[in-house]
Amino acid sequence: MTKLLSVRLVAILIGLGFAIVALYSFVLGAYSAATEEAPDHLPYEDPIDFAFSFDGLFGTWDQAQLQRGLKVYDEVCSACHSLKYVAFRNLEQLGYSEAQAKAYAAAKQVPGIDPATGEETMRPGLPTDYFPAPYPNAVAAAAANNNAIPPDLSLITKARGDGTNYVASLLVGYQEPSARMLEEHPEAAPGPGLYHNIYFPNLNLAMAPPLTSTGQVTYDDGTEATIEQMSKDVAAFLAWTAEPTLVKRKQTGWPVLIFLLFATVLAWFSKKQIWAAVKPKRQD
Amino acid sequence: MSFPWAKQYTPTNPVMRFFDEKLPLPRLIYNAVGAGYPVPRNLSYFWNFGVLAGFFLMLQIVTGIVLAMHYAANAQVAFATTEHIMRNVNWGWLMRYAHANGASFFFIVVYLHIFRGLFYSSYKAPREMIWLLGVVIFLLMMATAFMGYVLPWGQMSFWGAKVITGLFGAIPLVGEPIQIWLLGGYAPDNAALNRFFSLHFLLPFVIAGVVIMHIWALHIPGSSNPTGVEIKSESDTLPFHPYFTVKDGFGLGVALILFMTMVFFLPNALGHPDNYIEANPLSTPAHIVPEWYFWPFYAILRAFTVDFLFIPAKLLGVIAMFGSILLWFFLPWLDKSPVRSGHYRPLFRKFFWFGLIPAMIVLFICGGAPAEEPYVMLSQLATAYYFLHFLVILPIVGQVEKPKPLPYSITEAVLGSDKKAVLGENASPAV
Ligand code: HEC
Ligand code: HEM
Repeated sequence: MTKLLSVRLVAILIGLGFAIVALYSFVLGAYSAATEEAPDHLPYEDPIDFAFSFDGLFGTWDQAQLQRGLKVYDEVCSACHSLKYVAFRNLEQLGYSEAQAKAYAAAKQVPGIDPATGEETMRPGLPTDYFPAPYPNAVAAAAANNNAIPPDLSLITKARGDGTNYVASLLVGYQEPSARMLEEHPEAAPGPGLYHNIYFPNLNLAMAPPLTSTGQVTYDDGTEATIEQMSKDVAAFLAWTAEPTLVKRKQTGWPVLIFLLFATVLAWFSKKQIWAAVKPKRQD
Repeated sequence: MSFPWAKQYTPTNPVMRFFDEKLPLPRLIYNAVGAGYPVPRNLSYFWNFGVLAGFFLMLQIVTGIVLAMHYAANAQVAFATTEHIMRNVNWGWLMRYAHANGASFFFIVVYLHIFRGLFYSSYKAPREMIWLLGVVIFLLMMATAFMGYVLPWGQMSFWGAKVITGLFGAIPLVGEPIQIWLLGGYAPDNAALNRFFSLHFLLPFVIAGVVIMHIWALHIPGSSNPTGVEIKSESDTLPFHPYFTVKDGFGLGVALILFMTMVFFLPNALGHPDNYIEANPLSTPAHIVPEWYFWPFYAILRAFTVDFLFIPAKLLGVIAMFGSILLWFFLPWLDKSPVRSGHYRPLFRKFFWFGLIPAMIVLFICGGAPAEEPYVMLSQLATAYYFLHFLVILPIVGQVEKPKPLPYSITEAVLGSDKKAVLGENASPAV
């Protein structure tokens, strides 16, 4: 008995100890919070909701849009950004034929080995090759881009919160900092080689606006290539590169859920029936 | 090991009789989760979560083994092999999403399981050993989940590993050598990644072993129940099969609907976007946060912001974080109230609902938030309450509280105040 009492006594002392230290930290923290100014956050904007065709529970790819997005990536972004997890053969999923994917690959130069000399050379791509990187290494990429490394874009829409909307917003979000912004946050003024963008968490990034004029890319399907259209298309394309299985995933989910719902309802009625016999009854 | 009215296994099928004579495995199953195991008839759905935890443990093992067939634990390629699984392995994306969300669901059901244990004080005699083994399981789960999160070698993998192993660096004198020994180097790299993979593969099987002991220990006294009154007679019980197999089956259906909704429609909602960026030792993420299931404990770690009596703040945080879980080991000896169920403990219940639960919610939110005000201050208050609750309030409440009258038996509780109610003829059916 006394032994057990002492277990609790020790516990009470330890408990009070932890509580006192935590409260002591609280008091000092409260004091400095009251006397010091809290660091405030840069007022960047949340991404615009562009309502992509593949959003929501029943979303599907808009293949024409993905093809347009590929073209934007190909003609603009690929100058600086790699796409290393995507192979040319994957383009067949965008509605291209095997021959088209092959031709697309053959038009690209990828690193290879000269079969005669064994030296490193460039050769035309094969469907099994992956998209080549624009720079040989990170140092070269940084040197060409004001010390910032353009990230690989394969996974970019998953690597940012609300990623697809974010990428599209970022591309349309370049603007001069407002006078009010500069007054309240002088640090929001772009430094040398930086560009102001209201969707970028730092408000300034090292990527010059890549999409600057309507018609910068000529779409094969006659869609008017406004900046917003190109931004949405390339963002949709990058959503596909980040998760080519996205639509298949949603489409697989439905039968699974319907089956489970059915099985669970069945289990519910079985439970009711089995338990009915042993539920208390009124004796009347 | 069981109640005298428990049904005996009598195989009629000759094959089963053959088996039962040579290796009584069918008998073991029959007595463990079959008609041979009498269970309190009044168990609520809160008693479903043990079985659900077992299901998610098995799911993690199965999906994990498939993932391990395609994954390579090498810092050069770990991230790329994970993407290979997502893109090129048939149904690899399903395996990975099921495994990642399976970890979250495993923690959800285990937290509800622990919550049940705390509210109904299931840890009290004669169930102390079940509880102690449960805490061991929980510690093993945390270690397993932490190491698993490192494997895809994303930014959060790397920096999470760095921060958590860095905690050991807070131990005076031996801290730094321990940290280097754990990592096999000064920072997480191949050595760390390889040993984490090895241990992440091993520990679930260790957990499975402890779960077997957990259930073995459970079968000595049998389950407690929402009244906390022990079983007195046969009419207090029902055989596990079919009554609780069907109830657990329904519960599993509901859990699977929720789980599959996450897997197929929101597979990344519980993860962090930064983990889709490959690990980069040169670029620190803006906010390093662990997985959501660690948030309450991470908040306790970060609540200690100032040195106290020459003890560095970091060391205090580390002690408090580990202490906040290790103190669970002592609960059976701290809470000496003779009443188990929170339903009959008016004072305990107030502290539980208006103290512990809000404190846990605050800790959860603060653990996921950046280390800024007001989160730090809130987490300090909640941390103080957390320790007071378990170490001060629980022992004292058990002494001073006047519990409400308990029903005489489970049967009486089931019949309620209606004097005319009876248990039907099949009240204790011979299945
Ligand atoms: C002239 C080179 C260049 C071109 C062309 C270019 N980018 Fe960038 N991009 C960069 C650089 C450099 C960064 C790194 C910026 C930084 O970190 O400050 C970057 C960063 C990004 C980011 C990441 C922003 C973040 O949240 O960190 C995205 C997304 C992006 N680019 C998309 C695109 C898209 C889409 C295109 C094609 C329409 C494109 N870029 C064209 C150079 C380029
Ligand atoms: C892999 C994880 C776990 C599995 C598979 C598991 C399994 C089970 C099962 C099947 C039961 C009986 C059914 C039920 O009461 O829900 C049970 C009971 C119990 N478990 Fe666990 N458990 C796990 C983790 C834990 C943890 C982490 C704790 C506490 C820290 C714990 C504490 C208990 C207690 C006290 C009981 C008895 C409850 C009672 O009878 O009232 N378990 N467990």
